[in-house]
Amino acid sequence: MPDTTIAHSFDESHIAQAERSVASHTDSILPVSVTDLAFTADGKRLVYIDRLTLRAGGSTIIMGPNGAGKSLLLRLLHGLIGASEGTVLFNSQPMSARVRRRQAMVFQRPVVLRRSVRANIDYALSAHGYRGLNRRERLRDLLEMGELADMARQRARTLSGGEQQRLALVRAVAASPDLLFLDEPTSSLDPASTHRIEALIRRFAEEGTKIVMVTHDLGQARRLADEIVFMHHGKVTEQTPANVFFDRPSSPAARDFITGGLLV
Amino acid sequence: MHDFASSLSLAVNLILSGDAELWSIVLLSLRVSLTAVAVAAVIGMPVGAALAVGRFAGRRALIVLMNALMGLPPVVVGLMVYLMLSNSGPLGVLQLLYTPTAMIIAQVVLVTPIVAALTRQVVEDIDAEYAEQLRSIGVSRLASVPTLLWDGRTSLLTAVLAGFGRATAEVGAVIIVGGNINHVTRVMTTTIALETSKGNLALALALGAILMLIAISVNAAVGLLGATSERAAHA
Amino acid sequence: MINPRKLLAFATVLTVHLAFGSATSMAQDRFIIVQSTTSTENSGLLDTILPAFTDKSGIEVRVVAVGTGQAIKNAENGDGDVLLVHAKLAEEEFVADGWGVKRFDVMYNDFVVVGPEDDPAGIAGSRDAVAALRKIAESEAPFASRGDDSGTNKAELGLWKEAGIDVRSASGGWYRETGSGMGATLNTGTGMGAYVLTDRATWISFGNKENHRVLVEGDPKLFNQYGVILVNPDKHSNVKAEEGQAFIDWLTGSEGQAAIADFTIDGKQLFFPNAQ
Repeated sequence: MPDTTIAHSFDESHIAQAERSVASHTDSILPVSVTDLAFTADGKRLVYIDRLTLRAGGSTIIMGPNGAGKSLLLRLLHGLIGASEGTVLFNSQPMSARVRRRQAMVFQRPVVLRRSVRANIDYALSAHGYRGLNRRERLRDLLEMGELADMARQRARTLSGGEQQRLALVRAVAASPDLLFLDEPTSSLDPASTHRIEALIRRFAEEGTKIVMVTHDLGQARRLADEIVFMHHGKVTEQTPANVFFDRPSSPAARDFITGGLLV
Repeated sequence: MHDFASSLSLAVNLILSGDAELWSIVLLSLRVSLTAVAVAAVIGMPVGAALAVGRFAGRRALIVLMNALMGLPPVVVGLMVYLMLSNSGPLGVLQLLYTPTAMIIAQVVLVTPIVAALTRQVVEDIDAEYAEQLRSIGVSRLASVPTLLWDGRTSLLTAVLAGFGRATAEVGAVIIVGGNINHVTRVMTTTIALETSKGNLALALALGAILMLIAISVNAAVGLLGATSERAAHA
Repeated sequence: MINPRKLLAFATVLTVHLAFGSATSMAQDRFIIVQSTTSTENSGLLDTILPAFTDKSGIEVRVVAVGTGQAIKNAENGDGDVLLVHAKLAEEEFVADGWGVKRFDVMYNDFVVVGPEDDPAGIAGSRDAVAALRKIAESEAPFASRGDDSGTNKAELGLWKEAGIDVRSASGGWYRETGSGMGATLNTGTGMGAYVLTDRATWISFGNKENHRVLVEGDPKLFNQYGVILVNPDKHSNVKAEEGQAFIDWLTGSEGQAAIADFTIDGKQLFFPNAQ
C-alpha cells in the first residue's frame, strides 16, 4: 500500500503513480492487437483492418478524410459497437469487465449528466468502485486537475463547451485508465479552450495513459502525436512515427491529405 | 350570466367557512388521486423505462398499446373495473366495489399509461444522449435505468403531474366504481356532477373553482419540492 | 430558506396520511348498499330520513343513485343489498326472475310535464297527459326525454304509446333523447326551451328552472309508485339479508312512513307514503 501522504505531495507524477496502485491495478491492457477487424452495415463494409497494434506509451493520432471510418474504429476498439468479424485483444485478453474498467472514451460532443460538476465525476468514481475517503480525495484531485474546483457545485449543463469537455476528460480518467480514446474532442471549441484540453491530454500521456485520438486538425496532430495512423476508405493505409508521417508520407492519399487536396 | 359571479362568491364563502362536509370531500379526493398517482408512478416509470431501454419482442406493440390506453375514456375504464369488482365479477370476493379503494384502482388504470408513455419518451431521449457514455463507464443497460430516471426527474415530475391532472379531473370512472356514496365515496368531481344534476349550477361551479385551486396548489407544491430537491442534489 | 429534509418529511407524512388516512372513520362497521334512483337522491329525501334509521339500528345506509335500469342491473349483479326504485313492472319482473325476494310499496309521488312559459303547444292547465303529449307532437315543439331506460323514461314511453305517437321516428327532430339522468335532462330542457316529463320531487328541488314551470299535472296516469325489494341472498351470498330486511321493515313501518311524509321542500310534501 502506498503511503497516502505521497498522494498529497505536489509531485504530479507521484500522485499518478500512487493512484494507479490504489485503483486495483493488475496487468496493463496494452498493447491492443487488432486482427481482421471488419464492420459491415447494409452490405457495405465500412471498416476493414487486417492488422493493427497500438503499443503502450505515447499518443497515437488517427487521421484521414471524412468517412474514412475513424470514429467507427474508435467505437469498435472501445467495444461500443460489435464488430462483424475479427478480434480486438487487449494484452492478449478479449474485452471483459476488467478490460473495460482500464479504458475510457471522450466524445466529440461532451456527454454531461444533468447533475452538478462534482456529481458527474462522483458518478464515474462510484461506477468504478471508489468508496469513502479514497473517493473524496480522488474527486478533489480530479476537480483540481480539470480546473473545475470553483464550479464544482454548478449544474454541469450550465458550463461552457470547453469546461464541459474538461469535465468529460477528467471524468474519463477518474479511474486512471491505461488507455484513453478521444474522438475529435476539440472540434467545436475555440483556440483557448482547445489549448487547455491539449494540455490535459499531454499531461495524461506523460502520466502513462495511452492516448488514441481522432482529429481533423493537422496542427493539433503535429503538437500531440507520437505516432500517426492514417485511414482511407475504411482501411489503415499507414502507421508511422509522427515526424516521418509529416515529412515523408508514404501513401499518395496521406500526401494529398496533408497538402489539403484530399477531402473525401 | 349571473351564475359566474354568484358562484365565485360562493366558492370564497365555502372556503372561508371551513365547511366540514366540503373538507372531507376535498380530503377524500386528494387521498384517492394522490394514492392512485403514487401507485401509477411506481408501476408506470419502470414500465416506461423498460420500454425505452429494453429490446425485446413485442416492444413496438406495447408502445402502441400504451399510447392508445392514454386516450381511454374514463367511463370505459370505470365499466371495466366495475365488471371486475362487481359481486358477479372475478374479483367480487374482495368486496371492494363502492369503496375508495375501487376508485383508486380505476384511477391507477387511467393514470399508469400516461406516466408510462411519458416516462418512455423522457428516458428514450436521455438514453439516446447517454447510452455510449454510460456504456463507456461500464454501466450496464439495466443499471443505467436509475441514472436515466434520475436525470429525467424534472420531465418525469411533469409526467406525474399530467397523471394527477387526469386523476383529479375525471368523473366517469369513479362515479361508476365508487357510486358517489355520501361520506364514503363522494369526491369533488362526483359532487360537482351531482350538484349539476340538481340544477345547482352556481354551487357546482364554485366546487369547480375549489377543485382548480387544489390542482394549482398541488402543482405548486410539487414544483417547490422539485426545485428544493434539485438544490439539494447540487449541494 | 426551506429545509428540504423537513419539506420531504412533511410530504411523506402527508402522503402516508392521505393514503391510509381514515376518511371512512365516520362510516359504521355495519352498512348496507341501496341501489336507488336519482330522484330519491337529488331531492334530498334519503339524506334527510336515513340518519334516523342509522341512529336506531346502527346500520349505515350507503346509497348508489343511478337510473332505475342501471340500479336493477347492478342489483342483479349482486352489487347492492336493497333496491329502491320506481318502475313497478320491471320490479315485479326482477322478483319473478328470482333476483329479488319480495316487492313492497313504499310511497308515491307524481310526474308532471314542465315546459317554457310561452307554451308553444298550448298545453298549460291540461289534466290529460296523453292529450297534452299529442299536442306537443302535432306542434312539433321540442321535447327532451331521459332516453335512459329509467323509471321516468319507461313511464314517459308508456304515455307516448297510449297517445299513438311513434317518437322513435321523431328522434333527433323535435324529440330529443339526452340519455342522462333527470337533473341533466332538466338542464337540457330548460336550456333549449323543451317540454320535459319529470317526477315532481326532482322538479321542486331543482335549482335551474329558468322560465320553465309545471304545465300538466293531476292526471291519474301520472302516478309514480316507488317500491323496495331485498336482493335475493340465494343468488348472491354477499347480500346482507338481515340488515337489508331491517331497513325495508323500517321504511315500510310507521317510523319510516312518517319520516317520508314529514319531508318537505319549501313547505311542499314531495313523497306520499303508501306502504300496506
